[in-house]
Amino acid sequence: MIDELIRFFASPSNRELVVGQLGEHIYLSLVPLVLGVLLALPLGRLAQRVRWLRGPLQGTANAFYTVPSLALFVLIPGIVGTPLLSPLNVVIALSIYTAALLLGPVADALESVPAHITAAATALGYRPRRLFLSVELPLSVPVLAAAVRVASVSNISLVSVGALVGIGGLGRLFTDGFQRDYLVEIVVGIVLTLLLALVVDLLLVALWRVLTPWTRAERA
Amino acid sequence: MIGELVAWLTNPANWTGQGGILVQTLLHLYYCVVSVAVAALVGVPLGVYIGHTGRGAVFVVGASNAMRALPTLGVVTLLVLCFGLGEAPALAGLVILAVPAIVSGTYAGITNAPPDAVDAARGMGMTSWQRLWQVELPNALPLLFGGVRSAMLQVVATAAVAAYVGLGGLGRILLDGLKISDYAQMAGAAIMIALLAVLLDLVLAGVSRRLIPRGLVPATRNRR
Repeated sequence: MIDELIRFFASPSNRELVVGQLGEHIYLSLVPLVLGVLLALPLGRLAQRVRWLRGPLQGTANAFYTVPSLALFVLIPGIVGTPLLSPLNVVIALSIYTAALLLGPVADALESVPAHITAAATALGYRPRRLFLSVELPLSVPVLAAAVRVASVSNISLVSVGALVGIGGLGRLFTDGFQRDYLVEIVVGIVLTLLLALVVDLLLVALWRVLTPWTRAERA
Repeated sequence: MIGELVAWLTNPANWTGQGGILVQTLLHLYYCVVSVAVAALVGVPLGVYIGHTGRGAVFVVGASNAMRALPTLGVVTLLVLCFGLGEAPALAGLVILAVPAIVSGTYAGITNAPPDAVDAARGMGMTSWQRLWQVELPNALPLLFGGVRSAMLQVVATAAVAAYVGLGGLGRILLDGLKISDYAQMAGAAIMIALLAVLLDLVLAGVSRRLIPRGLVPATRNRR
């Protein structure tokens, strides 16, 4: 196996393929993560604020999350009008998944901010927008962190399905390896996907630590 | 585009015959039910054992996290290249991907059984087996079914992907449509896959509501 791996990476065209698809994979999984978070924040806020909307919003989110990725990749061009082979389809689909996954946690996290803290900020003259951005949102980060980590891992794993409808990413190594009957290529694809998920997860954990300095102050 | 899709879905010729929507939907359903049933036969006892004894808990948490990152297309192509074309390796892939969700759901259910109730059972002199059967397992049912539901969704999606390595089912229709660039056929199959996923999820939700003892239904549902 090691010999074959060395032989695989000895070929410049293989190296180029792997690096290219890895870059595309990172782009196709992280852009939707950011878009999904940005989409989930206002929707989660709405679900928390407007009681009667919470059920329908959560229900819609669950329904979207239930639809298998391959089906969503194919249906989005028909709904949005993008070309079938456009990477945009994967970006839109994964943004929807991320937002659907985060809607509940955002609402819960905002709900969990203690009333006396928002009351104190209001008394200090914070208007709703600033209250949200500089008090409620930062305080929700610890609760949100877990959900964002799950979303990032699931995005990274799902991008490869896009290879079936002709979109790039590490999934190309699976379809290519399958057609050429080349096991090493598939193993490289799986290992790189797992490594990418691990690295992104570690980066997210580091990001939360930076964003929540008070949790460390309490412990010290 | 929508018109073509409706035309494809309402054309009786597409529904009948060996490769028709009807047969492929039933085949897809069959793959899903069999894989989840096998995964439950493996996963539930494993989750119960780990939850009840506390042995191997670190392994479960680590493995279920790692499995979430595992790309299904990679697993399926790898298995088929290793063990040859055919239904068995592809179905094995579905089972492998479904087991962790069921194990971690069962494990979480058992360990989240209210400690008061478990202690009370111990105080009443219940044996370890009675405690498991009469207290921990009923309390574990909501999370256990949650695990089965997410395993089912995973399997519906993976079965569609596994059409790439020769499995039948609705993914077959979708990928054949892709090959001849017939968008109506692809979208029609995609809609059927989505419907099947939503429907199976609803059925499992209904079954779990039936089977979970009334006293264990979360109090929030009684509001209003």
